[in-house]
Amino acid sequence: MTTDGRHKASSILRPGSKAPDFTLKSTPDQNVSLGDFRGRPVVLAFYPADWSPVCSDQMGLYAQVMPEFKKFNAEVLGISVDGIWTHLAFAKDRRLNFPLLSDFEPKGAVSRAYGAYEAQVGESARALFVVDPKGDIAWSMLSPDGVNPGADGILSALEALERTPGRKRSA
Amino acid sequence: MTERYQAPRLTLPVGERDHAEGPPGARVVLVEYGDYQCPYCGAAYPIVKRIQKALGPRLRFVFRNFPITNAHPQAQWAAETAEAAAAQGKFWEVHDLLYENQSSFGDPAFFTRQERKLKLSVERLEQGVAQHLYLDRIQEDFMSGVRSGVNGTPTFFINGVRYDGYPDYAPLIAALDEAEKA
Repeated sequence: MTTDGRHKASSILRPGSKAPDFTLKSTPDQNVSLGDFRGRPVVLAFYPADWSPVCSDQMGLYAQVMPEFKKFNAEVLGISVDGIWTHLAFAKDRRLNFPLLSDFEPKGAVSRAYGAYEAQVGESARALFVVDPKGDIAWSMLSPDGVNPGADGILSALEALERTPGRKRSA
Repeated sequence: MTERYQAPRLTLPVGERDHAEGPPGARVVLVEYGDYQCPYCGAAYPIVKRIQKALGPRLRFVFRNFPITNAHPQAQWAAETAEAAAAQGKFWEVHDLLYENQSSFGDPAFFTRQERKLKLSVERLEQGVAQHLYLDRIQEDFMSGVRSGVNGTPTFFINGVRYDGYPDYAPLIAALDEAEKA
């Protein structure tokens, strides 16, 4: 167990917490708010930076797995501190089919609210959250440095949400 | 409280459905989830060949499809082509040909030129691709990868456990040796 602040698995918001609302830019003239998706599950994927130097990166994988996420009527939002223009270029290059939100000003404010900010490097941590249709965090996971967490944990969390009593598949 | 990191495990066991090289009773089974258009898979291809040569009958090698089509527009075509070749008993021949000719993807005459060498019907091959006969199988491969913790390509599993090391000869051989002794 280290105390240098690099291992902060306990610092990200845990299941049961209210998901902090936010409004961030998805394009130069469009905002996206978490509250826009009330009534549906939302996947929040915080990641360090656009343009990671591998061909099949985390965001590209989510674009590919999108039909599975859509079976749960889930919305996927990628969030990093990159500016909106780099997000747009990155999304176009990787053919992403979900919004990338810019946690740019004040820098990292939303990432910090979720406990998913690496202050030493000034980037979002690689943290995943599944927010339930009522706006509560149903599942969260922080990945070790450099590890692409994949999509399996998200899909398991969405499946578990669907099994919650009183909830019907809405897709 | 710290949770010990555990590498993900293969959720769809290797079986009859799979394309495999090497004896069924081999002590070590290496599974690759790959994309034919991915340059990193292209780089891993000769490394796997070297490993197969070094380990001989001690190793069984299985290839499953993980095409990342939003990044690689021809990955799906290539995966379907290899699967269509399997219907003519030529999966590995075409698998190898694709990895040895990644720069030729998109050349419509490529397989026609290889027809005699491969001893398969290119017409049947192309029909299988055009009719998307093998899409379900490719999707099953892909989703089995997603559910097993495949997060990019190439991803390897050694005796059912994800290999998180660098996909190079020395570290892979070391991991395979260790799995054989386990």
